[in-house]
Amino acid sequence: MAAPEHPVLETHGLTIRFGGHLAVNAVSCAFRPGTLTAIVGPNGAGKTTYFNLISGQLKATSGHVSLFGEDITPLSTPQRTHRGIGRAFQLTNLFPRLTVLENVRLAVQSRAHLGRNLWSMWGRHVELIERAEHCLHRVALADRRRVIASALPHGDQRKLEVAILLALEPEVFMFDEPTAGMSVDEVPVILELIEHIKAQGDKTVLLVEHKMDVVRSLADRIIVLHQGELVADGEPAAVIASPIVQEAYLGVAGDT
Amino acid sequence: MLARVLSGDFPRSRALAVALVVILVGLALAPFIVPGTRSLTVAAKVCVFVLLVASYDLLLGYTGIVSFAHTMFFGIGGYGVGIAMARMDSTWGALAIGVLVSLALSAVIALAIGLLSLRVRAIFFAMITLAVAAFFQILASQLSGITGGEDGINFKLPEALRPATSFFEATFFGVAVNGRLVSYYLVFAVALAFFLVLLRVVNSPFGRVLLSIRENEFRSEALGYRTVTYRTVANCLGALGATVAGILYAIWLRYTGPDTTLSFNIMIDILLMVVIGGMGTMYGSVIGATLFVVAQNYLQDLMKFASNAAQGVPLLPNLLHPDRWLLWLGLLFIVCVYYFPAGIVGKLRAAKEKP
Repeated sequence: MAAPEHPVLETHGLTIRFGGHLAVNAVSCAFRPGTLTAIVGPNGAGKTTYFNLISGQLKATSGHVSLFGEDITPLSTPQRTHRGIGRAFQLTNLFPRLTVLENVRLAVQSRAHLGRNLWSMWGRHVELIERAEHCLHRVALADRRRVIASALPHGDQRKLEVAILLALEPEVFMFDEPTAGMSVDEVPVILELIEHIKAQGDKTVLLVEHKMDVVRSLADRIIVLHQGELVADGEPAAVIASPIVQEAYLGVAGDT
Repeated sequence: MLARVLSGDFPRSRALAVALVVILVGLALAPFIVPGTRSLTVAAKVCVFVLLVASYDLLLGYTGIVSFAHTMFFGIGGYGVGIAMARMDSTWGALAIGVLVSLALSAVIALAIGLLSLRVRAIFFAMITLAVAAFFQILASQLSGITGGEDGINFKLPEALRPATSFFEATFFGVAVNGRLVSYYLVFAVALAFFLVLLRVVNSPFGRVLLSIRENEFRSEALGYRTVTYRTVANCLGALGATVAGILYAIWLRYTGPDTTLSFNIMIDILLMVVIGGMGTMYGSVIGATLFVVAQNYLQDLMKFASNAAQGVPLLPNLLHPDRWLLWLGLLFIVCVYYFPAGIVGKLRAAKEKP
């Protein structure tokens, strides 16, 4: 299923050590466009830490991250974002006292490299506002655009998180448990959206997810992290069936 | 047109709009409404402090930077002009040199403080600015050969701005058209212009990034904004605003000294004006500065009047004695902060936005 194209994103021996604890240990992995890779593993396996190393919130102790063949390990988070790495956070991470629309508009504005404009009026950049509204529309939040972000119910905050990611128009989409805490009827909107991004064919999607039914339906490939190490990698059915996964992860967490 | 001048940031409250128009018209016509020397000084001080407080609001209210070095930049403006005018001659050229040097010095210091310390946590940044400001205050009092020490510097302005300079024989609506009037309008016009510049900056795409940094710096970085750069630029702009205010104040007073510019009392006043007016709303600085400066200057008069009126009533005349004015100012603050936690502007806007 995966096209034999060059990988967009690669990690080579990516390692981070917190004191004596190897949170992510020599993880080498390549991600190709048009594929969705689910990253699974028990709590504390290093999934979010692995994400932080890729998007730049944490600096690797050793190893490299490369994007389109370029080594981006020395780059800061903002630089990586501008190179095309987009991240939605596990714990909702918004601008609480700004409106829903403004949360997304700020992402659009960053994408348009307009942040250093000191003299024009933000309200006159109508195209940015329209693009932000379009992103809100895609997560079914358009009618809440004027609400202050902190006043949104939890599920809507999760959707807003995804809308911000869409607004960045990244090459690599990183979702960290996007449906956690959502009510059952809200989940399909997000899943369809992720499906749609994957179907575009040129985007690379990474998904940390605990719900195995979600993983089964969306993923082209699963990698399993356990105690910071990559212990399995392959087609979903094969990975889920493999003894190491049954033992290391599913045996503990249960196959739901 | 109005949208362009106000950068699309309207008062969004009828009461606020009325208050702002009253203040603007009052300041514009101050020499004709309240012709006395003292009241004109109050009006000029309001103009200066509106700009000073607005430039501080850019840091505190919009970006979430807590700086205690704002009076230092205010002082750099005042001393720049004072030293230039006193050591050179009282010409426009010397004034221009004083203005340019002080602006350049402020920009460099603000840039240095920003680059060296905006990476650290907010509390450390606040402490560093406090230390630098204290150092500058000591410097100003120790280098008395240049700065006049604790006495400060009296200086003469260029011909056109001197009180003795008269432009017409006749008076204009009963007001003599002299250098004092020209000085006042210079202060008024420059303060207004720079206030509108700051209003534009906070409503630019850049200004929106500052808000995002105030709200969630981590997320702002993840969106692709290098927050250190934005905070440093905001720090420089705030410093330049304070420097311009310092220049204007020195021009109006024809004097610069530690008590009029560098004192930490002024720093506290600025903080109070920002909080009373409403943080993160440029208009709050207009309301806060006007109320504060007017209260500072007229509360004692009002109390004297009230104290006399209350003669015969037990205790009351003593409570209202002009010497107790700080007590009442303090109470006024507590009431303000308690009932308007978002400042007066925040309160007025919230009242409007309720259905």
